[in-house]
Amino acid sequence: MSQLRTPLKTVRGLGSARGGTHHFVVQRITAVALVPLSLWFVWIALSLIHLDYAGARALIAQPCNAVLLAAFVLAVFWHAQLGLQVVIEDYVHTPGLEIASQLAVKFLAVLGALASLLAIGRIAFGS
Amino acid sequence: MPQARPLSPHLQIYRWQIQMVTSIVHRATGIALAAGTVLLVCLLAGLAAGPEAYAKVQACAASLLGQILLFGWTWSLAFHLLNGLRHLLEDTGRGYAIKSFVMTGWIVVIGSLVLTALVWACVLLQRGGA
Repeated sequence: MSQLRTPLKTVRGLGSARGGTHHFVVQRITAVALVPLSLWFVWIALSLIHLDYAGARALIAQPCNAVLLAAFVLAVFWHAQLGLQVVIEDYVHTPGLEIASQLAVKFLAVLGALASLLAIGRIAFGS
Repeated sequence: MPQARPLSPHLQIYRWQIQMVTSIVHRATGIALAAGTVLLVCLLAGLAAGPEAYAKVQACAASLLGQILLFGWTWSLAFHLLNGLRHLLEDTGRGYAIKSFVMTGWIVVIGSLVLTALVWACVLLQRGGA
């Protein structure tokens, strides 16, 4: 039965990356999440200005703030690496360099997210 | 034998217009904001590490270079946020007529400047009050 599918039908909608619309959809989901989260983050950042160390730590340690900050961090790094991936796809065409820079972006995004989450955890649990 | 193929006109050929500027700036601010996550990680790691580390992060942010970068990131976030909302609107198929496309472009540009001014008014007010 698969013989009845033309090659065009097989490839249509998947694109050269074979990922279909997945990249587009996840970029939009994280974008929608970041609309309220980034506005909230600006408010938190402004609140931090007039707080000393203990006050700043107490603010971030509040469970609601810690969870929202963790959500913000995850959405930011996910969205950022999706965007940077497209920029590299568009402008970097040297084969080795393209793969190296794609990997570097993915690894740095994961490291940044993990470091941030660990820091939020340390602040929230007071260690 | 590679031949000299004709190229499509590049950026310097076109007259600059709001449609292309908002598209280019959206990408540029996205890259700038991705770079800005370094400060986000430093801020959280510093806050987790202790008062000395946090004081260093605060000193970096309060320096002239830090303030310039923070101002730039504020505007980048405001622009990327507003133009991102514009993209989400366009994802629904709306706003593609030339007139409305140009109008929403200007709303984004002016709105991003207004948002940046609002945030930094809050910053300056807090500094004055502290």
